[in-house]
Formats: sequence, C-alpha cells, structure tokens
Amino acid sequence: MAWLDAVVQGILLGGLYALFATGLSLIFGVMRLVNLAHGDFSILAAFLAVVAVRVLALNPLLALVVVVPVMAAGGYGLQRLVLNRLLGRGILPAVLVTFGFSVIIQNGLLQIFSADSQRLNPGGIETASLALGGGLAVGWFSLLTFALAVVLLGALQLLIGRTAVGRAFRATSDDGDTAELMGIDNHRLYGFAMALSLAIVAIAGIVLGIRTTFTFASGPDRLLFAFEAVIIGGLGSLWGTLVGGVILGVAQTVGAKLSPGWGILTGHLVFLAVLLLRPAGLFAKSRRVD
Amino acid sequence: MATRTAAVERTTRASRVGAVLGALLLGGLIALPLTGESGLMRMVVELIALLVLAQMWNLLAGYAGLVSIGQQAFLGLGGYALIVLADDLGVNAFLAVPLAGIVAAVFALLTAAIVFRFRGGYFAVGTWAVAEVYRLLVANTPALGRGTGRTLKAVFPLARETRELVTYGLALAIGVVAMAAVYFYLRSRQGVGLMAVRDSEPASESLGVDVYFTKLRVYLIAAFGTGVTGALIYLNLLRISPDAAFSINWTAYTIFIVVIGGLGTVEGPIVGSLVFFVLRELLADYGAWYMILLGVLAVVAMMRYPQGLWGLIGERWDVHVFPVRRRVRLSGPDEAANR
Repeated sequence: MAWLDAVVQGILLGGLYALFATGLSLIFGVMRLVNLAHGDFSILAAFLAVVAVRVLALNPLLALVVVVPVMAAGGYGLQRLVLNRLLGRGILPAVLVTFGFSVIIQNGLLQIFSADSQRLNPGGIETASLALGGGLAVGWFSLLTFALAVVLLGALQLLIGRTAVGRAFRATSDDGDTAELMGIDNHRLYGFAMALSLAIVAIAGIVLGIRTTFTFASGPDRLLFAFEAVIIGGLGSLWGTLVGGVILGVAQTVGAKLSPGWGILTGHLVFLAVLLLRPAGLFAKSRRVD
Repeated sequence: MATRTAAVERTTRASRVGAVLGALLLGGLIALPLTGESGLMRMVVELIALLVLAQMWNLLAGYAGLVSIGQQAFLGLGGYALIVLADDLGVNAFLAVPLAGIVAAVFALLTAAIVFRFRGGYFAVGTWAVAEVYRLLVANTPALGRGTGRTLKAVFPLARETRELVTYGLALAIGVVAMAAVYFYLRSRQGVGLMAVRDSEPASESLGVDVYFTKLRVYLIAAFGTGVTGALIYLNLLRISPDAAFSINWTAYTIFIVVIGGLGTVEGPIVGSLVFFVLRELLADYGAWYMILLGVLAVVAMMRYPQGLWGLIGERWDVHVFPVRRRVRLSGPDEAANR
C-alpha cells in the first residue's frame, strides 16, 4: 500500500512539474531559447507572493492575482529590452545572459530575504486530504494542482491550436523570417511568449511555495526538473510534457521510498535512461532539436 | 610591375614582448617562496586554479561552441579522485593530481555519450543535470563520506611548509602547462579545425573536419584540465564535500571570468581572472552583492561588449599577446594597402 501511495503522490507531483516544464517548452518552441533562469523566476514569484501576503495581508492563493500579472509584465519587459537584442547572434549570448540572471536573482533573494526557508500558508487547504479507502489518502491541494496543470495545458493547447496568436507562434517557430514577411511582429510575439511563460511559471512557483518550503537557492532544481519533464515527454508535445512530469514525479517519490537520499537522484536516473533508450522522448513531434 | 611577396605571420610584436614579460613573471613567481609568504602563495594557487578553469571553459564555449554549465562535475570528480587515489589506493598525493585529470576525462567520455545528444541551450541544461547526478551519487556513497565528505589524510605526515611548497610548485607547473597547451593547441592544425567548426559546422564538415570528434576531443581536454584543477584545489584545501566540490558556483565564477575578460581569446581568461580576484578582495565584506555585481557585469558585457575587456583592448590597439590566427602580410611597393 505504501508503494501505491508513493505512485499516487508521484503522479500528482508530476502535475506541478508539468507546470514548470510548459513555460520552458513554450519559449524553446517559439524562439529556440533556453531560459536558464526559468526556475529562479518561479522562486522569485514565490517570494513576491510572500511579500504580497505580508504587505497586503492576502491569502497566498489570492496573491496569484497580483504576482502573476507582475511576472508576466516583467517577462515582456525582459524579452523586449534584453533578450530580443541578442537575437541573431547565435545561442551563446542568450544562454549566458539568462545564466547571469539566474545568479543575480538568487543572490538578490539571498541579500533581501536571507537564507531562511519560507513557506506560503493558505490556511488549511494544504493539509486537508481526501481518503480514497484502503488507507490511501491524497491531499486536496495536490489534486487541485494536478487539475490546474491539466486545465492550463488544455488552455494552452487551445491557444496554440485555435487562435491567431497561436498560429503566429507556430508560424514563427517554423520559420521566423517568413512569418515576419507575412506581417508578424516577431519581437512583440517573443515578448508575449515570454510573458506567458513567466505567468505560468509564477503560478507554478506559488503552488510550490504552498506545497513545500523554499529558499533563494531552490530555483536551479526547478529548471532541471522542468527540463527533464520536457525531454522525457518529447520536444513539442504539450501532453507529452504532462506525461514526462508524471514519470519524473513517480520516479522521485518511489525512489525516496527506496531510500530517503535517493528521491531526486532516481528522477535524474530515469531521465537518463529514457534519454538513452528513446533519445527523442516518448511523444516527440518536434521537427528538429537544434 | 614590381613584385610583391606574401608571408604568413604567426607572431606579433606584442607576442614577443609578452613572451619576455611572461618569462619575467614566471621567474618572479618561482622566486616567491623565498619570501616565505605562505598566504601569498595560497592566493597564487587559487588564482592559477581559476585561470586554468577559465581557460578550459573558454576552450569549450569560446572555441568549440559548447556552452557547458556542468564543468563542476569534473572539478568535483577530480577532487574526489585525488582523495581516493591518495588515501585509499596509496598513490603519492602530488602524483595523484595529474591522474585525477585522467579520471575526470574518463567520466567525460561517459558524460559525452549523454550530453552530446543535446545542442545549444539544451546542451547547457543537460550538462548541468548530469553534474547534479554526479553530486548526488557521491553524496549517497558511504565510501566517499556521503554528504559530509572527506579529508585528505595522505599529506598529514608532511611538514606544512613542505606541503605548501610542493603544492605551489605543482600549481605553477599546471598553470604553465595549461596555458602552453591551450595556446599551441589553438595554433595547431586541429585548432584551426576547431575554430572552423565553431564558425560553421556544415562548412567545416564539407572541408573534411570531423565535427563530432573535434568537439569530443575538446570536451575531453577541458574535462582533464578541470579535473586536474579540482585535485589541485582540494590539495590546497584538504577538506572536500559534495555540495562544495560539485557547486554550480565554480562554473558561475568561470563563466563570469571568461565573459568579462573576453570569450574566445587566450588573453581574456587571464584578464578576467585578475579582475575577478581583485573584485573578490575588494568586495569580501559585501556578501551576495559581489555575485550580483559580477552577474550584472557579465550580462552587460554579453549585451554590449561581447568581446569582453580584452576584446576592447585588442581592437583598440591591435594587440595580440597570444596570436592564434595566421595573418598574411604582403610586402612590396604598395605596402600601405595592408592596413
């Protein structure tokens, strides 16, 4: 029963990882950019929520209403003022600049909030659980997180598949120069994609902060888990990302059950195994990887 | 029509002056132990370690286009290899330092089988993920002291002065060999192939350069150099733990040094290491602000001055202390046309 419990917890954790992964995957899909500060932006959002809770006396779940637009606006600004200026210079400048942001955000958070771990307390829901019978119980909040991930992925799927903006994303992803000739303003579109990515990752960061404690240094692990979920699922596949997140989550919780120190390591090892056996991931539909 | 002759130049006036100044500096550094300033000697060891790390990363990112964020893997593996070789297998601790580089290179061969599946930005995250795997594996291995790490005991019987002196000599040798190796490698036939790969993979492939092997070779060289440096660092520190040895901060320092100093030049890492060291001494009391400042400098450099400090100097005065390019100089009637 304990094993089944670990698997169920892992599946639900996978929903959270899919949230982290979606933003990363979106940016890569649209502009081939890998944002190395992706995880740190989520932790930044969680700290902003801590501030919103303290200053505005909000429930952390309501803090989403404040923090998500702030992060989206920040993402738009970051893309327009910084990252767009690095376009056309190869991948190296963008990778290094986002790595620089990663270090700046972490040390900025350390300087302002100290190294103490933080937690967001929404007032009870994070500990309430639903008994499934047979001694099995799942947290309401974990269920909600998973449902949120499914709803967000579905919404994103509709946005990309059915709207004008989504069509522009796909066109730019296929061939940016031709898309530009057809009247798409790539720079604005990239700004919008980054805003969307940071909005999603802000939600993920706040959800993380309610589930567990976090510190200024929690970002890089989030980036790695997001990356692993994307690669396991296969580039370019949104639902694949959810499956990738679930596989990673189950690997971590089952691994932790085997031996307390082995949770995250098992996740990494499963990622490496998938990579060696199915280099393109489980559900790849991407045209190219570079 | 008057005849004109063309000659390929491979040295510059700056490189000849630089060779003399370099020899003088090296002479000074060799004489440094005579002053008995062991604090100063430790600082030189640290500076050389940073310089070699930076040269190795520069070889990867600046010349092979491989932006690795996971070089801490090889630094940590080198450090742990030193401890295992010296304490568990009874190898002489100083001899274990170069051997640790070989251990790191062997692991690099395994790592390459995984990370070379990725390109560009995903290569960067992939190398980072694999470095985390090594950290967690070491932290879960009882023989390696798990999370608390281990202490290098093999050097305890030695007098402190002897140990410091030999470590210092070893550091100088590593610094000189690494600089010479990078310089002559880049000037060699293979170096030309490497720069061709960086500039255009399809074009260099069509000219007969084996792109995959060229990159793999550089990856292994960089892992070897980083592993040796890791062993040197822990020969100096004596105490190792997985969180410190496999810390992303090593790679962050290295990247900032190279980007600020000048990516893709042999001089850049030297300038960057000196700037980094001076800033660190000046800002020692300001905690995290120091990393924030370095991060901001690196971002600004990458956006506005991608050639780094050395690039600005080199362009302004056309100075090349370590010329790795070949220049054709024409001599004859219209020599002015050369400029």
